[in-house]
Amino acid sequence: MNSKRNNQIATGVIYFLVAIVILLLIGIIGNIIFSGISHLSWQFLTSSSSSFEAGGGIRDQLFNSLYLLLLTLIISLPIALGAAIYLAEYAANNWLTQLIRTTIEILSSLPSIVVGLFGYLVFVVQFGLGFSIISGALALTFFNLPILTSNIEEAIKGVPQTQREAGWALGLSNWKTIRGIVIPAALPGIITGVILSAGRVFGEAAALIYTAGQSGSTVDYSNWNMFSPTSFLNVMRPAETLAVHIWKVNTEGIIPDVNVVSAATSALLVIVVIIFNFGARALGNYLYKRLTGAKIK
Amino acid sequence: MENWQNQPNYIKTFDEDECAIYTQDLSVFYGGTIQKLFDVSLGFKKNTITALIGASGSGKSTFLRSLNRMNDQVARVDGSIIFHDLDVNQKKINVYELRKTIGMVFQKPNPFPKSIKDNIIYALKANGQHDKATLEQLVEESLRAAALWDEVKDKLDQSALALSGGQQQRLCIARAIALKPEILLLDEPASALDPVSTAKLEDTLKQLREKYTMVMVTHNMQQASRISEYTAFFHLGHALEYDTTSNIFTNPQGSITEKYIQGSFG
Amino acid sequence: MVKKEQDLQKVVEKAISAQKVPHVKFKGIDPRNIDVARLTKPSKETRQERWGKGLTFLAIILIVILIIAIIGFVGSHGLATFFNDKVNIFKFLFSSDWNPSAGKDHVGAAAMIVTSFAVTLLAALIATPFSVAVALFMTEYVSHRRANLLQSVIELLVGIPSVVYGFLGLTVVVPLIRTIFGGTGFGILTATLVLFVMVLPTITSLTVDAFKAVPKELRKSSAALGATKWQTIYHVVLRAARSRIMTAIIFGMARAFGEALAVQMAIGNAVLMPFNLVSPAATLTSQLTSQMGNTVMGTLPNNALWSLALLLLVMSLFFNFLVHLIGKKG
Repeated sequence: MNSKRNNQIATGVIYFLVAIVILLLIGIIGNIIFSGISHLSWQFLTSSSSSFEAGGGIRDQLFNSLYLLLLTLIISLPIALGAAIYLAEYAANNWLTQLIRTTIEILSSLPSIVVGLFGYLVFVVQFGLGFSIISGALALTFFNLPILTSNIEEAIKGVPQTQREAGWALGLSNWKTIRGIVIPAALPGIITGVILSAGRVFGEAAALIYTAGQSGSTVDYSNWNMFSPTSFLNVMRPAETLAVHIWKVNTEGIIPDVNVVSAATSALLVIVVIIFNFGARALGNYLYKRLTGAKIK
Repeated sequence: MENWQNQPNYIKTFDEDECAIYTQDLSVFYGGTIQKLFDVSLGFKKNTITALIGASGSGKSTFLRSLNRMNDQVARVDGSIIFHDLDVNQKKINVYELRKTIGMVFQKPNPFPKSIKDNIIYALKANGQHDKATLEQLVEESLRAAALWDEVKDKLDQSALALSGGQQQRLCIARAIALKPEILLLDEPASALDPVSTAKLEDTLKQLREKYTMVMVTHNMQQASRISEYTAFFHLGHALEYDTTSNIFTNPQGSITEKYIQGSFG
Repeated sequence: MVKKEQDLQKVVEKAISAQKVPHVKFKGIDPRNIDVARLTKPSKETRQERWGKGLTFLAIILIVILIIAIIGFVGSHGLATFFNDKVNIFKFLFSSDWNPSAGKDHVGAAAMIVTSFAVTLLAALIATPFSVAVALFMTEYVSHRRANLLQSVIELLVGIPSVVYGFLGLTVVVPLIRTIFGGTGFGILTATLVLFVMVLPTITSLTVDAFKAVPKELRKSSAALGATKWQTIYHVVLRAARSRIMTAIIFGMARAFGEALAVQMAIGNAVLMPFNLVSPAATLTSQLTSQMGNTVMGTLPNNALWSLALLLLVMSLFFNFLVHLIGKKG
């Protein structure tokens, strides 16, 4: 029985390849987390980094990453929401819509280094913003917009058509129906989409090295004046993030404990991504249950 | 099947001022060329319930949804819909105002994921009504009119989605009534409900007849005979027969109508 | 038939007479008197509608302008090399003499182009059989629950930042290659292995979608003809999913081609025509990453780098075009 033997061979090959991949997955995730987690101390998270000596921490990079993420979401969310609403609710099925969709696909598949270089050209050089948090946040916005738009569009499309009809039949405008009924109903999905995109933004480095810069200035965490050059909230200061830090210490290789710092930072990044991934779904499910009133008070 | 297109149509007509709304040669096209409704001219007498019957795909729902311009986004509607001496099937018509006076209830109950109270006052507020006392009063009146008040008066702040299907559907009726429309369009309102809920819904509709004109699509012949005064029979996009409900059910003129009614009752 | 008609008549008469039972006097809401004039005038809703549509369209326009600006800016800087600095475009594409600060005759990007394609193709070549195997395993061999577990781990892998992959390449793959093949450990092979891990989840999850889209009936009818599982997979599932698997591979290649930091950390960054897989080389992205900061805006070395960026952009558009082409062919 030739076909039977072929079947056995094929099954064997598939299982063999799958086994390699599973080992690889365990190896990668295990390696990142276990080689880094032992160095992830409170001390490491709360002390500033060192340029030459061993024993530096990642306090500023951690703050910068979070701050950049926040700014990026503040800028990109309204635009992505608007674009997603247009595509899901208003766009007619014609060539113009096709063109718009293709454009967004192109943006989503652009290498992030190209997006970063564009940000460098326009914001850092042309607008004279220099290597700054605001330049970085704008570059990350471009990087984030297409994926966020399509995540939100999916969530909006998931709202049953009957809900829209209910609004229209009451004489509500389409816009009022969207704002008051469709968006609230899509909120769990939208929040999941935002958090998933945030995970990507948090770990992005290529778009940042020529926009937010590769070094941090001295920052004063007690200075709440956004316009003061030393304030931690100042958006015009250059800022190195966690991901950029990993890249920089490895390419420069000046500090003696580069592997320790990189491993610990990598572990932190991956843990954050894991939390974002699972947290997004858990939060989405929770909100969905709350919204649909699955349980009666 | 006989060639039904050669048979005469039996369409009852009313005087213009007897009708709450009437159509003239209403045709609906999907995707530019596919015609789903052919020159339907029907009048609906004030303060009556008219049932639209016919097999799936006969065009009765399409017809109903054209009356308050719900087909605008998906289809082209030709012909006239006369409402208060005005052709409301024109581009210049404000469809939002139109839909406030011609309410609609759908096949599947579709309350908003909000509290029972908010379901009713949401559209009122959007309409500029913010006076709390008036809103409270409208909530009670509309829920009473939909025969739901006694069941929900103690839990107005709970999610509408926690109600039973029948209650949800009556809430949808209350929500439409709160806008004080003249006409209610009902698209198979009982098809998703159990017999007890259906009976309650039918009672509600019978009571509403005193104030409103209702047009109802239904697949359920018993239901049509229980609550409607007039019945129109649709077949493949044509209104073939329209008469009093008792005439349609006991003495249908067309052979297709007769076959459909016997098949559906049998 | 006659009896049936009589029955029907009875049923209907009974129902209709039931209608006449006097019911409770209804005290509901009166319909309001309709102001017919309002039906022909724009209202608040009309304005809301215009505002909402305008506002959301503005967001779309913003994105479209953005992409046009990206193509415009990168294009104009990238083309300046050829129009302002008079670099011969054939030399740029086919010469491997890369030393732009030495003048316009030394702007040959062939070494980087070849390396970029080499790592991309090799990574896709290695990843595809693994991806297809894992996707088959998930859709044809195991239960939904196990498949879901594997799927979420794979999705996690997509989310791991690329610098982390670069760091792994630097600390795990580079020493490994150095031990086996000698030399520095940097090079095409190292970069390929890093990219392989990075594109594996991309290709896998798209291939899973491709297999899931194959109708169950096809598998059933094949099995009913007495085909073995592998025969069904080979003749039915793989064939039906062929074009979508191609799309998955192209998406993977697009990701590999545009990846910058992970590659830059693993490849060694020497602009040399690669003569083997284990000596330092440079890709378009790695050269951009490491050199953009070292050049002055507007000079030939800087414009030459922008030409590399333009090439990346064009390739990205090309991958997009391929995906559309395959999608159209079905």
